[in-house]
Amino acid sequence: MDYRIIRAGESRSFPKDHPFFANAAETGEAVVIVGADAGAKFRELSERERYTAVLSELDMECLGVHTGESHGTEGSSVLGFARFRLGDGEPSNLVELVRQPRTLDTAIGAARKIFDGAGLQVALCGDFVGRMVDRLVRPYYNAVLRRLDEGLATADDMDTTLRLGLGYPEGPVALLERTGLHHHFDVTQSLFEALGEAAYAPARRARVAKERQRRKTSPPGS
Amino acid sequence: MTAIKTVGVAGSGTMGAGIAIVAARAGFRTIAYDSRQEALDHARRQTEGFFAKSIERKKLSREQVDRIMSGLSGTTCIADMEPCDIVIEAVFEELKVKHELFTQLNRVCPGHTIFASNTSTLSITEIAAGSGRAERFVGMHFCLPAQLMKLVEMSPGIGTDAGCFEEAWNFCVAMGQQPVRTKDNPGFILNYFLVPFNNDAIRLVETGVAGPAEIDRAVKAGLGYPMGPLELLDLVGLDTHLRVAEALYASTHDPRAAAPALVRRMIAAGHLGRKTGRGFYEYQGSAMFGG
Repeated sequence: MDYRIIRAGESRSFPKDHPFFANAAETGEAVVIVGADAGAKFRELSERERYTAVLSELDMECLGVHTGESHGTEGSSVLGFARFRLGDGEPSNLVELVRQPRTLDTAIGAARKIFDGAGLQVALCGDFVGRMVDRLVRPYYNAVLRRLDEGLATADDMDTTLRLGLGYPEGPVALLERTGLHHHFDVTQSLFEALGEAAYAPARRARVAKERQRRKTSPPGS
Repeated sequence: MTAIKTVGVAGSGTMGAGIAIVAARAGFRTIAYDSRQEALDHARRQTEGFFAKSIERKKLSREQVDRIMSGLSGTTCIADMEPCDIVIEAVFEELKVKHELFTQLNRVCPGHTIFASNTSTLSITEIAAGSGRAERFVGMHFCLPAQLMKLVEMSPGIGTDAGCFEEAWNFCVAMGQQPVRTKDNPGFILNYFLVPFNNDAIRLVETGVAGPAEIDRAVKAGLGYPMGPLELLDLVGLDTHLRVAEALYASTHDPRAAAPALVRRMIAAGHLGRKTGRGFYEYQGSAMFGG
């Protein structure tokens, strides 16, 4: 599957070189818009219907923000995507591919080929806030941070238990501190606002980390 | 070092059978008790299958397996638990059922016998209170599949004697397991976090966010977890998950701990997971995990 890439600023999914870029061509049946401003570039793209697939990188927003929605019948050859990445950590191998109710199967097939060809793993989901992984892990991380405050066990004991008991590669406390607790605040706060569920409300430790980050990056006296 | 020689395991379901393997494999004389002969027979067949795979994978020799199996017996008569130095209970997650079992065991077993519960959600102190020997009662929560997983969450109840807890801890180490001390809290560490996480994954399926295979792939590729939540639920069994979730919800009232409606619908349809050949996925065969 030939595809061309349109760059639209810094990308959270592809912050550095990747076979995904090397595999791209000057022209192709598909177009992939990569970067923080992908949504704006997507809206500027003319003759979208001539492509088998148009893939636009997403941040926290839904794809419908860019395509528009009506009657639950939206869907075309356009898909959203994002590589899952925790805070300052390296992007994972997972591409969450976002479809709409009537997205064409040919577009989904093309998107899978493009990402598979770059050695990435694709998981397809509907156009929901938080997609799959953030929806699942943010309440869990909040619960861990709360229980740490409540003295269920030490951070090391909780991490050890979850690593040994479930085979997780890293305990949640160590993972969040390594990748930036303040980033967890940003994501879970955004989900809390969108979903209104208490489980997404940022845990105290995430709030503290966010406040400290704000003070560190704000000019003196602000 | 441990003075424990003979181990009783009460309940021959998936967990009980796995715990019996752990104890027998470590060289303890092990007596499995279940009121149902068919449960004992099924566990025996699964245990033989598990050790056959251990031989096949050259982890154990035929002689070693013969020795292990000769030290592992089953009984439907609770009086046969009399020689046990420790009895680990792995029966239904219902306080009444556990109290009835320990009341009987308390009549049969000598005063030095330690009672341990593999409960994943109930309070150790509450179970101990109905055992007749709260001071010699500990929580020992093994992970599924017990025959492969090293971690054991160990928790004292309010009335547990410190020396008894240490004895149980040393026994756990002698079995080759890795104990971790937790407070006597609903779900301890593992299930407190895992059950709501798995319920959230079921809710993603239920609300059409994504299909089971997509969710499992996302969790494995995105987080590096060895199993996706829906694969794990199929392994655990949805009926077991429902019981654990109900017990956890009853003690925490955390909305995330409440089992989604889809769980009950799948159970009603007989889609319990691997053991019925269909859960979130379809399966062939019901061989015991690992070897």
